[in-house]
Amino acid sequence: MGKELQVAALESGTAIDHIPSDQLFKVVKLLRLHELENSITIGNNFDSKKMGTKGIIKISGKFFEEDEINRIALVAPKVKLNIIKNYEVVEKRRVTLPDFLIGIVKCNNPKCITNNEPMPTRFDVVDKDRVLLQCHYCEIKINKEDIILSKSK
Amino acid sequence: MKPKSLVNIDDYSRDDILRIIETASKFKKHPDRSLLKGLVCGTLFFEPSTRTRLSFETAINRLEGRIIGFSDTATSSATKGESLKDTIMMVSNYTDIIIMRHHLEGSARYASEVSPVPIINAGDGSNQHPTQTMLDIFSIHETQQTLENLTITIVGDLKYGRAVHSLIEGLSHFNPTFNFVAPEEMKIPDKHKLYCDKKSIKYQEFADFSPESINSADILYMTRVQKERFTDLMEYEKVKNVYTLRNEMLKDSKPNLKVLHPLPRVKEIDQDVDNNPKAYYFEQARNGIYTRQAVICDLLNIDVD
Repeated sequence: MGKELQVAALESGTAIDHIPSDQLFKVVKLLRLHELENSITIGNNFDSKKMGTKGIIKISGKFFEEDEINRIALVAPKVKLNIIKNYEVVEKRRVTLPDFLIGIVKCNNPKCITNNEPMPTRFDVVDKDRVLLQCHYCEIKINKEDIILSKSK
Repeated sequence: MKPKSLVNIDDYSRDDILRIIETASKFKKHPDRSLLKGLVCGTLFFEPSTRTRLSFETAINRLEGRIIGFSDTATSSATKGESLKDTIMMVSNYTDIIIMRHHLEGSARYASEVSPVPIINAGDGSNQHPTQTMLDIFSIHETQQTLENLTITIVGDLKYGRAVHSLIEGLSHFNPTFNFVAPEEMKIPDKHKLYCDKKSIKYQEFADFSPESINSADILYMTRVQKERFTDLMEYEKVKNVYTLRNEMLKDSKPNLKVLHPLPRVKEIDQDVDNNPKAYYFEQARNGIYTRQAVICDLLNIDVD
């Protein structure tokens, strides 16, 4: 299945390509796709020259806000976004981590106030390249491989 | 801009630290003033800490402020399941400033975000205890007449000791040199060393409590090696007396050296050091009152002559 065909199949919406296969369902969770009623196509383990295998998500009729889509950079910093209107790719985008993340990542410190009080977490992104986060409250630092996503609503 | 609350020693700039020191010196000369007359201060100790609470309450009493609060959660509605936010919102209706200690890390930061009145963090778990740091820095300044270019040897539990990291951060504005003396299990964590590297702060690490680490120092900051921190009790038995300061170990130290300790001490400073004029830990604890008076008045924008 060629790339053009997959993208062209979407009349209008967002196609997210080059998702590492093992991160695909984290991306689904981060974008809270289960809360959407749009038609969504999720494909995984497609052959990829660069990545070995990859996942693709296509969401019909949905255009994400910048800070929504940038969350993906937490787990898949190299994804490519195609914004599609009238079967045409009108914009290609990359994701970059925002300066801080609210309510997205769970703090790994059980003694952190955010794990004991009904409140959203807040992490400052200390290093965007290495994906190093620091809890705004208890100040603990979390490396990329230790990131646990908050339970979505 | 001056911070509205004091949660972390990082909330204070170099100028803030110097301003607090200056005000605290005024209180040390004249601690009894009626500056807090008509004001109510909340002391919310969700976790007991008699020493810190008494120091804050003395600071407030000597300024004629009134105090409401609790000294452990058994007498607060937190045991009924009330959220921290609700407790803070309720108490901020009654008070002009809130001093809080809590076992959860980040609790004071959160309180400062929801509270309409200033919050002073009197310890949030193992995270921060900025007024301890301020009284340490005040004592260093008082004994050395400066904060610039000093050599500070920190001994003991450098891994878990909350005071240690905050002291490094607080002194980072003043070009310090640190000697870190600790057993293998309590070595200074890499993140603190990275912090020093980032701020171009010079440091050396020692596994032994050597004469070199003592004799080069202007300040010898002792901390408690706590038995409960060790996974291997054999290891604790091995190191528990190695990091004890005895009077004879000070014989070749610099004349201006002062020995500090956040207290309580157990075995890490021998009783025979107490009578040495270089021992300053009891005076340091007393300085907590003046420093806290300064912090409270600063947050309430009260001028001190």
